[in-house]
Amino acid sequence: MSAPARERAAVRGRVVRTAHVSFRVAERAVVVCLALLAVVVGVGLVTLTTGDFELTVPEVVKALLGQGDGASDFIVLTLRLPRLVTGLLVGAALAVSGAILQSLSGNPLASPDIIGFVQGSATGAILVIVLADGSMVQIGAGAVVGGVATSAVVYVLAFKQGVQGFRLILIGIGVSFVMLSLNKYLITRASLSDAIAAQAWQVGGLNGRGWEHAQVVGAAAAVLLPLALYFGRRLALMEMGDSTAKGLGVDSERTRLALIAISVGLAAVATAAAGPVSFLALAAPQLARRLTGSSGAGLVPAALMGALLLTAGDLAVQRLFSPAQLPVGIATGALGGLYLIWLLAHEWRRGVAR
Amino acid sequence: MTRLRAEDLTLAYDQRTVAEGLGVVIPDGSFTVIVGPNACGKSTLLKALARMLKPRAGAVYLDGEAISSYKSKEVARRLGLLPQTSIAPGGITVGELVARGRYPHQRLLKQWSAQDEAVVTDAMRLTNVLELSDRMLDELSGGQRQRVWLAMVLAQETTILLLDEPTTFLDIAHQVEVLDLCADLHEEGGHTLVAVLHDLNQACRYATHLIAMKPGQGIVAQGDPSEIVTAELVEDVFGLPCRVVPDPETGTPLVVPLKRQRVPAAESLTAL
Repeated sequence: MSAPARERAAVRGRVVRTAHVSFRVAERAVVVCLALLAVVVGVGLVTLTTGDFELTVPEVVKALLGQGDGASDFIVLTLRLPRLVTGLLVGAALAVSGAILQSLSGNPLASPDIIGFVQGSATGAILVIVLADGSMVQIGAGAVVGGVATSAVVYVLAFKQGVQGFRLILIGIGVSFVMLSLNKYLITRASLSDAIAAQAWQVGGLNGRGWEHAQVVGAAAAVLLPLALYFGRRLALMEMGDSTAKGLGVDSERTRLALIAISVGLAAVATAAAGPVSFLALAAPQLARRLTGSSGAGLVPAALMGALLLTAGDLAVQRLFSPAQLPVGIATGALGGLYLIWLLAHEWRRGVAR
Repeated sequence: MTRLRAEDLTLAYDQRTVAEGLGVVIPDGSFTVIVGPNACGKSTLLKALARMLKPRAGAVYLDGEAISSYKSKEVARRLGLLPQTSIAPGGITVGELVARGRYPHQRLLKQWSAQDEAVVTDAMRLTNVLELSDRMLDELSGGQRQRVWLAMVLAQETTILLLDEPTTFLDIAHQVEVLDLCADLHEEGGHTLVAVLHDLNQACRYATHLIAMKPGQGIVAQGDPSEIVTAELVEDVFGLPCRVVPDPETGTPLVVPLKRQRVPAAESLTAL
């Protein structure tokens, strides 16, 4: 076929092609991702250098390389870095979890904290706190079990018949309220110290998060995030409806189940590590989508946005309200709530359901 | 040798059986149109042919093998489907949407080969949407959008194309535009087309092979429309008394419903 000399590309984007590899990426999405990454690094550096004990960037770098003095080693490696790493991973995990569910159901309200997954995780964790007085690892395991069990109930009730965003959200909200009442009931039945521990855990935050938290989320993210990216292309096709996706060669039933399992796993582990951080899973993918202006789930920008929102939020509550240790869950809740109101008002005006 | 056929199909949704004992042979290179009144199972049959619906009994064969024995992507390289409704992803451009049709040919590390690009460009040229490639899908008119969806299916590079009511929701001019495009694909592109259509006259004009279905009885006639479409068949299948005359434009059968008959009951109504 002899095309007339180098015409305009039919599909926009930067194309990378070698003998064995070929990709097309939207330039704006790449720019947005790089910018987000730069801001994340910036927030990370500010987090590591500032606080009650100011450090310089070279001191922090030395400590990171294991060559700092005792004090900066302790501050960076034991106090600040694990909290930062946990925040990055939890933020990314929640955002990807939300992006998957929103994309599958075609509705921005379908996020794990709205449809009960996070509340179910909280129930599992509170049960462990109240009944077993469990360790941090046991609380985490309880959160994962609670999240998986709750999502299984929601899945059976709402998802079986295919993508029905509205039904999923309504059933999810119902389940979420049941779990919330259960959580409150459990706390009233608990001893005072358990109740305080459970209440503190329930707000969601990164206070006192150490390497044990970062490791758990890190391990889960190392498995689930690449899987999410692998399924991401199919996710984009699933957005067009089951028939269209299947026509293009996507095994839609199996793909949906796999994607939901990944989403639930990410949300549950993130909740296990940081408690139920509200609204992040809802807002981060939506903000990322508006920034990149591209179609598809956009899991990478969503993950970066989630990591940024949580670490920036945590930095803000640490520094602005110091010495009070405000949990970041309160900040994300307040800001996310405002965003949700704006989103609903905006979508309402457009008269579109998605 | 035909590439797509079905043997002894029983089609059902949950408990409700839609049709039984369907035997269908789609002639290679034909423009096959399935017609029939509502609830006769014509869309259900198309869904079964496209492996969207698992038959209760019987099987669909693609290139000699049961279609259920293929991997999903392998079927998508041999047979394309335009479903009745597709959800347009928000904020997608025409070019990006058509490019998604290449999915069955892509691999993890080969996501946009030179061939992908060439096929997508060709598909857009054929459907006359190449100029629209940078436009947002939701800015387009219904007819343009349907051509874009068709381009996406064409980008799959399959000889066989299944179209489930491709003209629904379109006004008459756009219906003709889409059907003319289908006829071009059939005659010039060498595609085998299978479409479900509501309009019997459009079916007669465009089809080279017609399958007529009736609720509860399955397939009652199949063949060249000018041979099988008679007033008796239309009355039997649709319950519509009519005359069948040659289409003044193409000579194909044209179904003209009979003039309204005044019945005594109606006369007594006017007497009131």
